Amino acid sequence: MINLMIDGLDVQVEEGASLLDVAQFYGIPVPTLCHHDGLTDYGACRLCIVEIGKGKNTKLVSSCTYPAEQGLFVRTNSKRVVEARKMLVELLLAMCPSSKIIQDLASAMEVKKVRFKVEHGDCILCGLCVRMCEEQMMAKAIGFVNRGKDRKISTPFDAKSDVCRTCGGCMYICPACELRCEGPDAPGDVCGGCANVEPVCLEDENDKMCFMDPCGWCYNELGRKKEKEKKNNKL
Amino acid sequence: MKKADIDKILKKHDYKKSSLISILQDIQEVNRWLPPEILKQVSEKMNIPLIDVYSLTTFYKSFYLKPRGKHIITVCSGTACHVRGGPRILNEIKSQLNIDVDETTPDKNFSLETVRCLGACALGPLMVVDKKYYGQMNPKKVVSTIKKFSKKK
Ligand code: SF4
Ligand code: SF4
Ligand code: FES
Ligand code: FES
Repeated sequence: MINLMIDGLDVQVEEGASLLDVAQFYGIPVPTLCHHDGLTDYGACRLCIVEIGKGKNTKLVSSCTYPAEQGLFVRTNSKRVVEARKMLVELLLAMCPSSKIIQDLASAMEVKKVRFKVEHGDCILCGLCVRMCEEQMMAKAIGFVNRGKDRKISTPFDAKSDVCRTCGGCMYICPACELRCEGPDAPGDVCGGCANVEPVCLEDENDKMCFMDPCGWCYNELGRKKEKEKKNNKL
Repeated sequence: MKKADIDKILKKHDYKKSSLISILQDIQEVNRWLPPEILKQVSEKMNIPLIDVYSLTTFYKSFYLKPRGKHIITVCSGTACHVRGGPRILNEIKSQLNIDVDETTPDKNFSLETVRCLGACALGPLMVVDKKYYGQMNPKKVVSTIKKFSKKK
């Protein structure tokens, strides 16, 4: 057994567990995109990042590929994590604004706007289809081809594959293949604005304090109390 | 390249999966490029999925999946060669051979490639034919150098 601390919680986990496993086991929500139960983790989307270490010596790592270590100090919702995640999901949205999964992730992270040029490149190279084809369909028909900006998913020689069984597994799992709802009027680059609420504690506390829905309730109360006190002091 | 020759290379490397890069390099050394049939044969004989072989060969720039000519002309497009007139040299070769960069002449005699700095900037603009360096090039010298390697009519 390994002992570590996650979001201020002393926990015990089995050897070989990833930090994501730990978080999920203890009910701490960590957003994921390229992680799927039943497929090996690949660490492509980086949305599952957490901050490890204490004080100034901290590091962002992808929790799905980082093994639990004895004595590790993990934060899943620090300011740095939340900001980096927002940036990541914004970049993913710019690449594939039509994906419902990414749209939902973005709204859940309070992202209101995509500040980057929207590319409509669609495939975000998460590699889910490749792992699905290899690990669940045992076909190994598709894979990553080329590199750098030319990297893409394809079959050998970009031709019809001899080993693909057209099972559709790759399309089933692809986050880019699922279209978002178009709503009453087609939204901009980010939809789901309704789900957007600003977490107030991040400003003062550097850590998200809870997962209350809707967020900010406690602070509103606190804020009102403080204002009242101020007024009373002036009088 | 004959199938038996490829088998010989595979045997030399003991069909070791970790030696795939060296195997493909050895094949390319003889065949100059890697046609689909060869990649398929390697994939079958080594029991490696074809997509893995294809992923690998498209990842590294040093593997050629398109036919290459008998003579490889490389033009330096590094900074020093560029300011000394590299683009002019490249354009001259392009129009002489009537092909673009990374293409091969229909008679399979020349392939044209570019490279970023060969570490001999003092000789720029630089052009390399079959690993031999030709420095301080100008369009006129390009014509005569190409002529040297052209097929005799
Ligand atoms: S449809 Fe073909 S490529 Fe897609 S998962 Fe199935 S076998 Fe693989
Ligand atoms: S095609 Fe879909 S599943 Fe495959 S890498 Fe691209 S986005 Fe991911
Ligand atoms: S879920 Fe961990 S990197 Fe995508
Ligand atoms: S720039 Fe051409 S050799 Fe350095």
